[in-house]
Amino acid sequence: MESLTQSLSMALSLLVGMDAPLLEVIWLSLTVSFAAVLFASLIGFPLGALVAVGDFPGRRLATVALNALVGLPAVVVGLLAYLMLSRSGPLGSLGLLFTPTAMVIAQTILITPLVAALARQVIEDAWREYREQLISLGATRPRASLTLLWDTRFSLATVVLVGFGRAVAEVGTVMIVGGNIAGVTRTMTTTIALETSKGDLPLALALGMVLVGVVFLMNGMAYLMREWSMRRYG
Amino acid sequence: MEGVAFSHGSHAILDNMRLSFDGVARTVILGANGAGKSVTMRLLHGLLKPNVGRITWGGKDTPPTRQAMVFQKPVMLRTSALRNVAYGLKLAGVPKAERLARARAAMARVGLAHLEKRAARVLSGGEQQRLALARAWSLEPRVLFLDEPTASLDPSAAREIENIIAEIADAGTKIVMTTHSLGQAQRLAEEIIFLHLGRVVEQTPAAEFFRQPRSAEAAAFIRGELPWV
Repeated sequence: MESLTQSLSMALSLLVGMDAPLLEVIWLSLTVSFAAVLFASLIGFPLGALVAVGDFPGRRLATVALNALVGLPAVVVGLLAYLMLSRSGPLGSLGLLFTPTAMVIAQTILITPLVAALARQVIEDAWREYREQLISLGATRPRASLTLLWDTRFSLATVVLVGFGRAVAEVGTVMIVGGNIAGVTRTMTTTIALETSKGDLPLALALGMVLVGVVFLMNGMAYLMREWSMRRYG
Repeated sequence: MEGVAFSHGSHAILDNMRLSFDGVARTVILGANGAGKSVTMRLLHGLLKPNVGRITWGGKDTPPTRQAMVFQKPVMLRTSALRNVAYGLKLAGVPKAERLARARAAMARVGLAHLEKRAARVLSGGEQQRLALARAWSLEPRVLFLDEPTASLDPSAAREIENIIAEIADAGTKIVMTTHSLGQAQRLAEEIIFLHLGRVVEQTPAAEFFRQPRSAEAAAFIRGELPWV
């Protein structure tokens, strides 16, 4: 108990001090996850809309596949990305392994199913409500998809925040493809894992608090945006 | 006006239905729940395709592009009232330069000019339905279908909707609507089509229908009896 309170107070002083290495770790975490969720949204939103509105054989299968892939273990995604990017892998010549780029790629693979599956749900619910009206007005399916993507923009923004939350909090993929190299590929989560096993609890605790803070902030923003959009647009 | 005849067999919602619309400006389709009113309108509008039979328009298979439908529950996009009307015009291929002016004119005709900047989905139910009428009217349809347009509105909002429907008809658009309100049917209809269990039981001028319906089912319906339950 003694050491826990000690660690906590040291963690707090680390946070107040905010030295450069700590900031670097936080900054890398945020930028990598932001880039990943950006790419995941660029892929996941059209994909979600296609599965929600599309009229093609295998649509149900695609829905189930998307939902199933949401539960993909991060370490497995990390392992697959590692195999692709390692020197002997198909993308090995790019020399990306153990770089932030590799972490962005792996996290994009990890959260694209989540973003796509949530987007599909949001858009499909809207499609159910709007379908007859949009067809009555003469909308084709591609046109309807664009309309729905725009109309559900606030819910989709929430989806982005959820995706970011998952990316920034996961440790499996960034540890494997990033390698947790100090000053290069070290994120909040990999640092926590390392420092805890080394016994440097204050630093791990300090980063843990930042991480929880970020996740809370994301969810708070998601909530506030929903409230605001409901009041503004219904 | 166009002639319509179709039958629709496999699902037995509508059975071997024959209907033709001609000349009359305001047709109201009556019938109990499940009689097939909504399905009939969706077939006519093209939202559903008949399994059997055909729907022809003035002898041709292609429906006129200028038709519109207003639903029981208005569906509005998360944008301003004006843009909701303009959206319909956009899909109808109206050039961008004309859209806003036409949308404004349509909103003025339904008495919503002052609400054009408001978000459509936060308007009251009656206002949203008037907006849906404006969106449909702005398309200058030759035929306007209305599926129980006042079913979820209070009486005064319903009367406003009725007045607008009458104006749309007077401006030269053929009206085909369903309703559960006999009073509304009496006020608006020139012609009544009475459906019962997926069949057309009668198609009668409105005055005659309410004075002396030709069929026993319609007579019972008017008296408020439900002999089929």
